[in-house]
Amino acid sequence: MPASFMPSAQELMRFAPEMLLTLAGTLIMLLEPFTESGNKSRLAWLALGALLAALGLTAVSAADPGPAFSNMLLIDEFGTFFRFLVLAVGVLTILISTHYLRSGGHESGEFYALLLFSIVGQCIMATANELIMLFIGLEVSSIASYVLAGYLRDDKRNNESALKYFLLGSFATAFLLYGIAWTYGITGTTDLSLIRSALLNPASRPNEVLTAAASAFLFVGLAFKVSAAPFQMWTPDVYQGAPAPVTAFFSAGPKAAAFAMFLRIVLTGFEPLKKEWEPLLWVSALATMIIGNFAALRQTNVKRLLAYSSISHAGYVLVALTTHSGPGAAAAMFYLAAYCFMNVGAFAIITHVARRDERYVEIADLAGLGTRQPLMAGLLTVFLLSLTGIPLTAGFFGKFYIFKVALDQGFIWLAILGLLNSALAAYYYLRVIVVMYMEPAPEGEGELPAPAAGVLAAAVGSAIATFFLGLFPSSLLDFADKARRIFN
Amino acid sequence: MLETLFFYAFAALALLGAILTVTLRNAVHCAISLIASLAGVAGLFLLQRAEFLFAVQIVLYIGGIMVLFLFVIMLVNLDAAARERQYHRQWIAGALSVVGTGLIFAYFLTRGAESLKLNEPVPAGPRNSEAVQMLADSLFREYLVPFEVASLLLLIAIVGSVVMAKKRI
Repeated sequence: MPASFMPSAQELMRFAPEMLLTLAGTLIMLLEPFTESGNKSRLAWLALGALLAALGLTAVSAADPGPAFSNMLLIDEFGTFFRFLVLAVGVLTILISTHYLRSGGHESGEFYALLLFSIVGQCIMATANELIMLFIGLEVSSIASYVLAGYLRDDKRNNESALKYFLLGSFATAFLLYGIAWTYGITGTTDLSLIRSALLNPASRPNEVLTAAASAFLFVGLAFKVSAAPFQMWTPDVYQGAPAPVTAFFSAGPKAAAFAMFLRIVLTGFEPLKKEWEPLLWVSALATMIIGNFAALRQTNVKRLLAYSSISHAGYVLVALTTHSGPGAAAAMFYLAAYCFMNVGAFAIITHVARRDERYVEIADLAGLGTRQPLMAGLLTVFLLSLTGIPLTAGFFGKFYIFKVALDQGFIWLAILGLLNSALAAYYYLRVIVVMYMEPAPEGEGELPAPAAGVLAAAVGSAIATFFLGLFPSSLLDFADKARRIFN
Repeated sequence: MLETLFFYAFAALALLGAILTVTLRNAVHCAISLIASLAGVAGLFLLQRAEFLFAVQIVLYIGGIMVLFLFVIMLVNLDAAARERQYHRQWIAGALSVVGTGLIFAYFLTRGAESLKLNEPVPAGPRNSEAVQMLADSLFREYLVPFEVASLLLLIAIVGSVVMAKKRI
């Protein structure tokens, strides 16, 4: 093998977290047939260990930022931020899912392997600096997600969820790929930095119709992946049908990675077109917030309610994206981190209350939780208050920074409409809290067992993160602020 | 002149095959029409002097993938499906949107025909063996990581299909 083909040790180090997770996923599948059906939780421990090791390697590779593999990947602070985030979401998801899978008799190595592979894809999405690499990362993440959505294959809702996710997701992916092809046709490159210079170069100023078409295709694909209006229709059905721990994962990991991709494309490669993108993002952000919040008002199923709430949260992040500014990117990053913890935390409690086969997922099933299990009710209250945006919690500062940036950058109407929306959202979050504390537990319902250790650990960990970001937001914001400098 | 003639012949083959693929009722006939369509595309590649792509198209798509298609179709019993009523309820809306999109395309293409130019292709056609070598170079040097990650993608697809298809793992 010629020397020029060998990647340097430095490059390998920068790609180490992904390689480690791939190896761990493969190892889990190899060990699966040799593991007794009662001992499958060992594989969960292995996956958990791999994720923690990957977190460590991410910290190591962050000390030596730079490009890797002929500029396919760019390990910068922005990428590191999202790598940390998706890995943390992975740790929480495994903690939530072990008990859930075991009680239903569904625990097997494939679940953890697919979860790790999906996270590999998300790490690549966070660090890729080239459209083909981004696309392959997205596909790795998505295809593993489609399978996870239908993991309990005897369950009708699971099947519906997986099929819808797969068909609509593939359709959106085709749009994205078509957009990439157009971009390549216009600029002759798929490298985001080179696309930027090609679009800026007055000599080769590309045709406006063609760039508009390329942007539109890319927007359709990206908006689908972050469930932004008008491409949000799949979200409620997929979130409601998928197993609860998987829904927790979907609502956080793939969404954060998709936003990382969205931010990178809009703020680097397509930054010269920001005047053209702005109205598109403006309208989409507003529509996403309104559709998510109004639809959530009428839901009776908790998973569906949180699905619509996750749509509305994507709308808030899009507000930050619309500003096309460094501070906007930092605000979006902070918001996504806050959102991931509070949402995964809320889903951890929902997983616990839903019990085997998810028989108890209506809001009414939460009645009396405040007296039956005060700790669980208290934790869910924290997450719901944070999702509402009450001070002292992460959600407050997340919203505060986003609307502050929007006002600073002159998007006054968007900020006002966004604030009205978040006031509206308080109604449906508080309604759940009222049911938990004010209504008596229904008669004749099965006993609610004590929470499993993993669920408890995930919920308490998320609550600590929610409070920490709410009390000391600057710790994370400083990092996000450093990371967003790459966009200037 | 002859080249233009061939272009239209191959393009017609590709289009006709694609139309038949979605309109015929028998799944085996659909698959065979798809072969015709793929062959038309292969011919277009050849006209562009992309001999390597031409060969890949024939060997991989027409040879490998289509045979797999036919195998699966013959294994799965589709006779019942062929007799079912097919969904054409929204055909008016479908036809309208196709015509509308076509008109928009025609309008913009005629209006902007002179400004519509793509980036220059890679200068000078290298000889065929060199072209394949260049492809290999860029695939295994520049695009090494996407290439390797694509194999992970295939692994996930295989594991996923087994997980979804097997009753008990």
